[in-house]
Amino acid sequence: MKLKKVFTSIGAGVAASVLSFSVLAADTIKVGVLHSLSGTMAISETTLKDTVLMMVEEQNKKGGLLGKKLEAVVVDPASNWPLFAEKTRELITKKDVDVIFGCWTSVSRKSVLPVIEELNGLLFYPVQYEGEESSKNVFYTGAAPNQQAIPAVDYLADELEVKRWVLAGTDYVYPRTTNKILESYLKSKGVAEEDIMISYTPFGHSDWQGIVSSIKKFGGQGKKTAVVSTINGDANVPFYKELGNQGVTAEDIPVVAFSVGEEELSGFDTSPLLGHLAAWNYFQSAESDANDAFIAKWKKYIKNEKRVTNDPMEATYIGFKAWIKAVKKAKTTDVDKVRNAMYGIRVKNLTGGVAEVLPNHHFTKPVLIGEIQDDGQFEIVWETESEVAGDAWTDHLPESAKIIADWKDKSVNCGNYNTETKKCSGQNY
Amino acid sequence: MTSRMYTLLPQRDWFWWRILCTVILLCSIAVKPCFANSKDEKKEGYTLLESQQGVLQKGLQSDEELMVEYEHLIRQLPLANFKEKLALIEKIEQKGGQHAYDLLTSLLSGELYYLKKDPDILVYAKKYEGDEYQVKELGEESESKLLSKLDLKKIYKKVRTNNRVRKGIKLSIARLSLKSDSESNKINALKAMVLTIDPVTASAIESMYENERSGKVKEMMSIVLAVHTLKTSQDMTAVSSSKVNQAIVLLGDRLEIPVKNTLVEYKGFLEESEIQSDQKSQLLKELNKALTAIEEKNRFYVFVEKLFFGISLGSVLLLAAVGLSITFGVMGVINMAHGEMIMIGAYSTYVVQLIMPNFIGYSLLVAIPAAFLASAIVGIIIQQTVIRHLHGRPLETLLATFGISLLLRQAVRTIFSPLNRQVDQPDWMSGTLEINPVLSLTYNRLYIVAFSILVFIVLVFVIKKTSLGLNVRAVSQNRPMAKAMGVRTEWVDAMTFGLGSGVAGVAGVALSQLTNVGPNLGQAYIIDSFMVVVFGGVGNLLGTLVASFTLGVANKFIEPITGAVLANIVVLIFIILFIQKRPKGLFPQKGRAAE
Repeated sequence: MKLKKVFTSIGAGVAASVLSFSVLAADTIKVGVLHSLSGTMAISETTLKDTVLMMVEEQNKKGGLLGKKLEAVVVDPASNWPLFAEKTRELITKKDVDVIFGCWTSVSRKSVLPVIEELNGLLFYPVQYEGEESSKNVFYTGAAPNQQAIPAVDYLADELEVKRWVLAGTDYVYPRTTNKILESYLKSKGVAEEDIMISYTPFGHSDWQGIVSSIKKFGGQGKKTAVVSTINGDANVPFYKELGNQGVTAEDIPVVAFSVGEEELSGFDTSPLLGHLAAWNYFQSAESDANDAFIAKWKKYIKNEKRVTNDPMEATYIGFKAWIKAVKKAKTTDVDKVRNAMYGIRVKNLTGGVAEVLPNHHFTKPVLIGEIQDDGQFEIVWETESEVAGDAWTDHLPESAKIIADWKDKSVNCGNYNTETKKCSGQNY
Repeated sequence: MTSRMYTLLPQRDWFWWRILCTVILLCSIAVKPCFANSKDEKKEGYTLLESQQGVLQKGLQSDEELMVEYEHLIRQLPLANFKEKLALIEKIEQKGGQHAYDLLTSLLSGELYYLKKDPDILVYAKKYEGDEYQVKELGEESESKLLSKLDLKKIYKKVRTNNRVRKGIKLSIARLSLKSDSESNKINALKAMVLTIDPVTASAIESMYENERSGKVKEMMSIVLAVHTLKTSQDMTAVSSSKVNQAIVLLGDRLEIPVKNTLVEYKGFLEESEIQSDQKSQLLKELNKALTAIEEKNRFYVFVEKLFFGISLGSVLLLAAVGLSITFGVMGVINMAHGEMIMIGAYSTYVVQLIMPNFIGYSLLVAIPAAFLASAIVGIIIQQTVIRHLHGRPLETLLATFGISLLLRQAVRTIFSPLNRQVDQPDWMSGTLEINPVLSLTYNRLYIVAFSILVFIVLVFVIKKTSLGLNVRAVSQNRPMAKAMGVRTEWVDAMTFGLGSGVAGVAGVALSQLTNVGPNLGQAYIIDSFMVVVFGGVGNLLGTLVASFTLGVANKFIEPITGAVLANIVVLIFIILFIQKRPKGLFPQKGRAAE
């Protein structure tokens, strides 16, 4: 009997909340947040969820959007790739969200793609990735390879006069594609086959002694050597530890990483990593008023003085600001109208420059190279003179060089237009 | 029979404690000299070069003038950009003598700070104990004070360096310490400048060569000079060929990497040059001889290095698997939560370091018994509450322990957060043992190899020689008979499981030094552990030893050929094939006990 009572009261509660929800729903604009809050990716993605919530709160304080309040709808895809697709469907069809901010890994984005295209939703993807994609329904606010990997290699070759290259990565799609692009780029710059060493390791690899020793030997041939690391996740810690133990210092063989940022380094003793490099479009140490304000706001919102900011957070920030501007311009949240309003929108980034939305759904971004300091922060040692336009299809692979993406030009209106055959291969990637 | 055996063997409960005490004692003996050494070195670094002042002070400037200039130079350091810093450092090196050495070493190790309010005031901030820093203003009269890390960061700012500046500093330090009195300092300095040597320094070394007393330093000097000879003779043909020849012969059996590169470079130069003479062919002959000799030596050391890597991987496998070989091998329990026992051991290390942050050097020694106890207690609780009730039902045991593994991982996530925890490496475990320029073994791996063998020996001893071990063997061979003889099988089961789990915990301490301490730590090792135990033969400790080292070495020899990912797969396929042929592993149990 008692149990029944409990159930009815719960039922009543749920009904009440649903009711209030639907009442509220009428005059809010809904922002879907699709980031894993549990599982292996939770460490990274939870931060981005908090960033979106912070931005929503801030926008509401400014009076909302189009006279309505913003309302964040948070779901948890639990680091489970197929679940990302299901949750996207749920967000669009059941929760009626107007835009989604989410995904981290490329595989989760690929899982979301068919659903978001079928339902004509709008996704802002905030992480640096391997490129070779431009969907009508996705805006890529992180770096494409030409906004991170290629400039980093240029920096090493021009400033540090690196002649030999180790491309080390974790064995999955992002490192493999990036390394493929880099290898062909290096060869086009005249680097010989024997001066490039490629090595892949499994996720969570911990026994680095053999690989570090071979890097050391590879680097000991008299030519300046650098490691371009697409090693992902916590495998980086034993990797850098082993480098330190075997006495490989940043002065001899610098390691430039594409997946190691402030968040990954926080709480760790970074003195063995001192001087190794990372390439991003944003560092917490970037000097600009907007950045100072953002960091202060973040620390206040998260109520923790020790929390750091990082590149995907800035990408989320840029995406959010651009979306707000586009909605204001379009005066509606209708996906197609917002999408068309997006092109050419310019928002201030956190490093003192401007991010412009391009017709290929990528952004212009500055590229920064930072050296790791012993407090876990980066000292910016190099940056591009101006923002670099994101290139969806790389120019450094023969099969991708002839493909362009342009959703503004009505004669193209395609994410993978082949300039030779003059054909668009549709939404198949 | 059994009861007689009991009376014959004395009660050896004390045995455990004796082993434990010996281990701790041995380890502490091993550690002490390391600590002493590191302290001595530091002292040396700060007091050496007393004779140096003046040596570098060229020209007619008086000491005081130099000092004034030097003071002026270092005041510019904090606000200079990296390019300016590089130039400043070279000037500081020339003017400062010993002061410059101290300053540059501190700058290199990030111990040089300046007052935020007044960049003219520079301080040394050395890490003291825990979070405290010892801050001392430059100049000898000033007193040092202790500041917490937070206060330090509030008041002072670090003088920043980047890779290029650090490289410059290292060279400057090398040039400075060439004039020091310490032999090791000189050798390191010479090593650092082999490739970057300039004619001025070369002639300086030449003049120092005669007066040098230490043979080792002389040897190193002659190598540096020989490399220099080869390098310069490419630019000008003035250097006589006999001198070149001499240089090549001298460099013939050296393993230093720059030496080989210089020889290869010189060979290329000779082959390309158009002059044809007997001298040239003679030189080429010598060069080829030297290069093949180096190559041969290199190959041998590469082999030794691979072997060491294999053994070190094997020792990790051994540590992870040896506990399982007791619970799975001896008791027959398929314990899917074995990895989590390792994880608990690793987290115990973390907790121990939290409790004693000022004694990181000793924390591992405390962590070993702590991890053993923690994992053993958890193991016994699991055995008593779950596994005991599933006796003889392997499938249910597997499922139940798998559930426990999930439970333990989630518990750790809840208690310690899902983020990895940082376990510090004690000073005596970091660094390398440099045997020669191409072969250097890392200390942490060396310690872990020794430790794993020690653990193994202790375990074999416990199983073979103690009353507990006798009981364990009796129960595993014939449970009803052992029971009939008065062995408390329930108690023995609990103790055995506790022992196996405890050893897994000890493995966790070692692994905390090699890999990330996080909730998924155990998952990475559970498959490897089962692989090793099955390959070695279930219920056979010796088999586990042989299997782990075989797999480790095999893996490391395959890795350079196939890459790390494929190497794992190849080893796995090999084991599958092996098990097809010999289902009972390398060392199958024989006799009635095997059934």
